[in-house]
Amino acid sequence: MKKKLLSVVLAATMVFSLVACGSSESNSSAEGASSESVATTTDASGDVAPAGDGAVTGTLKLGLIGPLTGGAALYGTACANAAQLAVDEINAQGTGLTVELNAQDDEHDAEKSVNAYNNLKDWDAQAIVGCVTTTPCVAVSAEAYADRMFMLTPSASSTSVTEGKDNMFQLCFSDPNQGSASAQYIYDNGLATKVAIIYNNADAYSTGIYQTFKAKADEIGLEVVSETTFTDDTANDFSVQLNAAKDAGADLVFLPIYYTPASLILQQANTMGYAPTFFGVDGMDGILDIEGFDTSLAEGVLLLTPFAADATDDLTVSFVNSYKSAYGDTPIQFAADAYDCVYAIVAALNFYAEKNGALNVDGMSYDELCEILISVFSDPNFSVDGLTGEGMTWTAKGEVNKAPKAVVIKDGAYAGM
Amino acid sequence: MKNVLKKWTSLSKNSRDGFINYGIVIVFFVIFQSLLSTKSLSNSLSGQLVPICVYVVVALALNLVVGISGELSLGQAGFMGVGAFTGVIVSTCLQSSISNGPIRLIFAIIFGAMIAGIAGLLIGIPVLRLRGDYLAIVTLAFGEIIKNILNCLYVGVDSHGLHFGMVDIPSLGMEADGITIINGPMGAVGITKISTFLAGIILVILTLVIIQNLINSRTGRAIMAIRDNRIAAEACGINVTKYKLIAFVTSAAIAGAAGALYGLNFSTIVPKKFDFNTSILILVFVVLGGIGNIRGTLIAATVLYILPELLREFADYRMLIYAIVLILVMLVTNNEKAKQLINRVLVKLKLRKAKEGE
Repeated sequence: MKKKLLSVVLAATMVFSLVACGSSESNSSAEGASSESVATTTDASGDVAPAGDGAVTGTLKLGLIGPLTGGAALYGTACANAAQLAVDEINAQGTGLTVELNAQDDEHDAEKSVNAYNNLKDWDAQAIVGCVTTTPCVAVSAEAYADRMFMLTPSASSTSVTEGKDNMFQLCFSDPNQGSASAQYIYDNGLATKVAIIYNNADAYSTGIYQTFKAKADEIGLEVVSETTFTDDTANDFSVQLNAAKDAGADLVFLPIYYTPASLILQQANTMGYAPTFFGVDGMDGILDIEGFDTSLAEGVLLLTPFAADATDDLTVSFVNSYKSAYGDTPIQFAADAYDCVYAIVAALNFYAEKNGALNVDGMSYDELCEILISVFSDPNFSVDGLTGEGMTWTAKGEVNKAPKAVVIKDGAYAGM
Repeated sequence: MKNVLKKWTSLSKNSRDGFINYGIVIVFFVIFQSLLSTKSLSNSLSGQLVPICVYVVVALALNLVVGISGELSLGQAGFMGVGAFTGVIVSTCLQSSISNGPIRLIFAIIFGAMIAGIAGLLIGIPVLRLRGDYLAIVTLAFGEIIKNILNCLYVGVDSHGLHFGMVDIPSLGMEADGITIINGPMGAVGITKISTFLAGIILVILTLVIIQNLINSRTGRAIMAIRDNRIAAEACGINVTKYKLIAFVTSAAIAGAAGALYGLNFSTIVPKKFDFNTSILILVFVVLGGIGNIRGTLIAATVLYILPELLREFADYRMLIYAIVLILVMLVTNNEKAKQLINRVLVKLKLRKAKEGE
């Protein structure tokens, strides 16, 4: 009895201590934010007069939705971190525009994502960066379409995300583009004669890319000799799939999957002495950061990604440095996408203000802002230079136009091709 | 007034409990509906109303198997998934012929319940011959099988009717104007949202009516007799498999109905949602509400569904606190001392009331 009582008391103290530190933290951050915004508003009022023509002023409340916990947490936290970085940079510039960011967790689940979205609406978010993953994004974008809330997703790549919704824009390639671009790239560069595909048929992202890759390969005459599948529950042993590819004589294995199963495939292919070229897509990004993974196994792996952390242009270098110093980690492509998202939205506001005169976003309703942002993003003259591409423009359908880039893993790091 | 009171006290404890449960649901509805219509409810909470109804219904259905029939079933989410996808198919097919949302929703829920009930029957016949741990393991396996079948199911509709396939969409051989309804692991996308809070509450009340009347019927007593002592029940001539099957199929059908409501509340659903984790979540609602306790399940499902959303301000600590709260609830509800304390307080209150009455 005493033991039970003790455990109750202990658990209770745990809750209260957590609540206490949680609330004190949120209080202090809220205080910080408010004092900051007070400081900047005084700044802004000083700035408004000189920057009167065509400047954007006020506080923009941006919401971000992504998986901050659970299996896909790496993507969500990378996006939240990078977006915060972009927001801090913009606020430090002191242009009169301050941005507030609120990142909410969706656990990579459509239902939780809608809850997160509603939560952000209660916070008076004016536009959403997100969702990070595809399935939640489809659910939330339908809600946002009904509400007229603007959304720009860093990484939800399915076409069903944007289909029929004029308020929804993507910063990443859509799945059909990725699949067909990969097939085209392999074919154009003569990387292989016989291709094997291993994909996750329980995953919308993986299946989507597989379908468009297959269609494009059939169209251009790239020979696909083996197609094998796995699901999340069977993502431990790939010997069957690899043997099938080996027996069919494939000299390139296309892996439209996330990096965790991909790392296992590389390990198992190595133990069975099978060494074809492996070709991945943007989900493969992050493979070098897996703890305990021997990066020499990934040597020579090709992947299609719009961002390489070791690129030498100024923008990438400064981003990677500040990301590293803030979070102690090399940013993955998702981080770069989210960083670009924040800048793209701010650039869109500036673009609008230059055309139509000063814009004060303070307390502007989200549907009003949505119409402004839609008009800018579907304007063919609006383009953004970001980490993940130069001169990015958007179609009215919401898809981005930018050039695909392939990188190869060399000496444990990405190298351009 | 006095007559009503007299009638109330003359009712059996069971029926009084039943009416209190209806009352709780109706009061919940009235409060939230009035808050909704005056727009004083936060977006966050108003978005959760339909899922709350769904989880309450599924948890009540699971309570029928776990609490009343005494069998541990770990595949409840599978039946919910069957109902969800059936509901979406029915709703999409009827979209052109029935433009009225609520009527379409009724059809979707009925069909969802029917197909899930059939799935429950097919699974129940072999499974319910097992006992204890084996039964739990096999229901778990069947839940996963349902999820995996849904994962490779492709359904489309065109002017010739429905097309089913297990390979991919092009192999369905649809006409050019065909609509893809279910696209394998990508699930159903672009569902028209027709679920409403009112429909959810009606479903909760219907479920309560079905389950409470079943429990207090001859069939229900037979089911509980099997739970309490299988050998004695068999000796009395009760057909064990039949009565267990009744509870199991009813539970599956109700879960299917809730699934249809769930599927039509979001613009997309994926088979992955209806996996083992969701089954366990529902089981947690039942266990923490008190196995076999209907009112407990009602309250536990509601509170535990809202809780993670209320904890959003703790950001990173959210799920940690949620877990600790679950442990606390378990400890307190199972603690004899805590129970005695609550009982003592209740008795004292009653005594005071009685004294005041004098």
